[in-house]
Amino acid sequence: METGTIFFYLFCGLAPLAIVAYFLATKKTFSVKFEGEKFQSTPGSYGWYAIVCTLSPALLASFLAAILHLTGTVEVPATALIATVIALAAGGLWIGIKTVKPSLKARSIVEQLIVKMLFAASMVSILTTIGIVLSVTFEAMKFFEVVSIWDFITGTTWNPDEAVAGKDVAGVFGSIPLFAGTFMITAIAMVVAVPVGLFSAICMAEYASPTFRKIAKPSLEILAGIPTVVYGFFAAITVSPMIVNAAEYFGLQADFTNALSPGLVMGVMIIPLISSLSDDVITSVPNALREGSLAMGAYRSETIKTVVLPAALPGIVSAFLLAVSRAVGETMIVVMAAGLRANLTMNPLEGMTTVTVRIVDAFTGDQAFDSPETLSAFGLGLVLLVVTLVLNVISLVVIRKFRQQYE
Amino acid sequence: MSFTIDKKVMKRRARRDMRFKMYSYTAIFMAGAFLVFFFADIIGTAASAFKQAELRVAVNYNEDAKEMGEYALDEDLSYLVSRGFTRLIPGKMRENRALIGTTIEKWVLADAEVDQYLKSKPNRLKKGERTLVDGLKAEGNARLAFNIGFFENGDSKLPEMAGIWAAAVGSMYVLMITLIFSFPLGVATAIYLEEFAPDNWLMQAIEVNINNLAAIPSILFGLLGLSIFINFLGVPRSSALAGGLTLSLMTLPVIIISTRAAILAIPDSIREGALALGATRWQVVITNVLPLSLPGILTGTIIGLARAIGETAPLMIIGMMAYIPEAPDGFTSAATVLPAQIYTWSSDSLRAFTERTSAAILVLLGVMLLMNGVAIFMRNKYEVKW
Repeated sequence: METGTIFFYLFCGLAPLAIVAYFLATKKTFSVKFEGEKFQSTPGSYGWYAIVCTLSPALLASFLAAILHLTGTVEVPATALIATVIALAAGGLWIGIKTVKPSLKARSIVEQLIVKMLFAASMVSILTTIGIVLSVTFEAMKFFEVVSIWDFITGTTWNPDEAVAGKDVAGVFGSIPLFAGTFMITAIAMVVAVPVGLFSAICMAEYASPTFRKIAKPSLEILAGIPTVVYGFFAAITVSPMIVNAAEYFGLQADFTNALSPGLVMGVMIIPLISSLSDDVITSVPNALREGSLAMGAYRSETIKTVVLPAALPGIVSAFLLAVSRAVGETMIVVMAAGLRANLTMNPLEGMTTVTVRIVDAFTGDQAFDSPETLSAFGLGLVLLVVTLVLNVISLVVIRKFRQQYE
Repeated sequence: MSFTIDKKVMKRRARRDMRFKMYSYTAIFMAGAFLVFFFADIIGTAASAFKQAELRVAVNYNEDAKEMGEYALDEDLSYLVSRGFTRLIPGKMRENRALIGTTIEKWVLADAEVDQYLKSKPNRLKKGERTLVDGLKAEGNARLAFNIGFFENGDSKLPEMAGIWAAAVGSMYVLMITLIFSFPLGVATAIYLEEFAPDNWLMQAIEVNINNLAAIPSILFGLLGLSIFINFLGVPRSSALAGGLTLSLMTLPVIIISTRAAILAIPDSIREGALALGATRWQVVITNVLPLSLPGILTGTIIGLARAIGETAPLMIIGMMAYIPEAPDGFTSAATVLPAQIYTWSSDSLRAFTERTSAAILVLLGVMLLMNGVAIFMRNKYEVKW
């Protein structure tokens, strides 16, 4: 039986039982047997209590069966599973109804369970992080069994096409060109994003009238909302030819997959990130600092340069780090506009490739899942994870320090 | 004590001050100019995709056409008509035998190259074909009609037949799964953290973790989806379910952060009032906190979903990039999504796909803008200011 059908049968069995449980339990609280006695909770609470009694053993059993199925230890036949689960539910229902009595604190039992469920939900985000770390590390380990970490970190040629099964893979997976490409494109993006973003933030926090701010801020946010695949298309179709033409005009040779165009477009994408975070920190610099400086006869710009920006520096640094982390992990723009060929160069007009491009390429090809090239993607993913994690955590710590100082 | 004011220095300072102010405005205007240029560029390339060339031809359902649809048309014209039309002719004749032997004059889809030629764009038509098309146009037998197929068809190898319907349906399925999983989990997490969580190291870890999760590159979520959902849990590859689950993990932090902000904005006096009337903590949450923070929660959810609908990289890893011409008929069948469709078209070398890519982008941006507009509208209308 298919998983979907099993779910359907279970639902059809359990839902009516739960409803029956609710009504039987509430009805019992009105029965003559308890005439004159005072119930601890409202009738509805007993109904919910009965539902909990009905469903919890049944769901627990199905969950166990699912785990057994996934780990492959025991294959539980579908009909047996459905029968057992529904029998368990019926048993739970019976016990639930039996235990309904005035002294039972149904409400607190149900509410404690709710809080536990809320707690479980909040663990999902932790599990996600753990899941990412484990899945990437685990597969990366397999990769590093085949390729030595040293070769991976220090090698200067990346040519996974030569890594056919059975052949020696030494010297094929050298990731330096990928890091160089990532670094180059990130640096170009930062050269665009930091000045524009920072000056936009200064303008909005220090100079702009409320009406101007009201228009400018959401307009900048639109830049952040545009999907990256759209930026990628724009970089590849519009910006790249422009750069090639411009380079030709100056007598230079530029590839259509040059590193400059994804870098520039990525910089534009990151502007709102830097500007909104910097705007927040600049506005939270206390006015007393500004007024002190202005009272000493400093111009507005002098106040900003010598008082406000130094005070806001931790926040700005934190924004910068987050932006770098964003740029390093950005995928679609580079996949569409940057090259595929690993190329170790200092010339941004040549095609370069990045870590993320190679990850995507490894999965969209037709290699087997355990081929060295696919596994190499996990190795690269691990590097990406570590770098962005470190950047994010430093940025979080820095901004927290800043907030403690001024708020 | 006396001051001597150096006029030169003062002037220089004033100039520098003006310059600085100018720089800051320039920065904003540069970003704005980019935005205008960007939209003008996309709309400019997309505009022509909403029109599609059609030719009025006599379709002669003769005996030969039963085998090869091309024989139903005049030989010269058959190269100008879309193969998507001619290849269906034999099937149509088998279905409707009354057609055989008749000749019907009708508007049919033109080949993509004819389409590009009529739109005066670069094309690969030969000289003779060009004069033929010019002649048809002069006789009123060639026209640019509204491109309804773009919204009704799935992907196709023929540009003139390719549409966004399959991808749009796929996006809808993925979004539904994302909503089903991320909304309850996100709201539950936020409620727990704001209303019930004790102040201990575990909770601080969760807080740091959520902020961190929001900044992890999306492609790593794709790796997670591949190894956990597909390889471990056995969710079918390139299905809407796999994509939706992956995206819901990405959307989770957005929903949590906005829900927490909405819950935090509710003054404690509301909670204390309810508690004083004998409500339990959970009753306070369900009867007061949740209803009051609902506008904020929904706003955050819509914004999170608007981000999810434009996400591509993790879905590429999961295999939603394949050529999938049919709209998915369930959560576990192979599906593609709008941004993935944009990506596949953009990497196609045929010129006619470029305008379709732009048009698909316009549709995607329109949907996202609409979602964000609804979110802002809801925030302004229903949000309670305390």
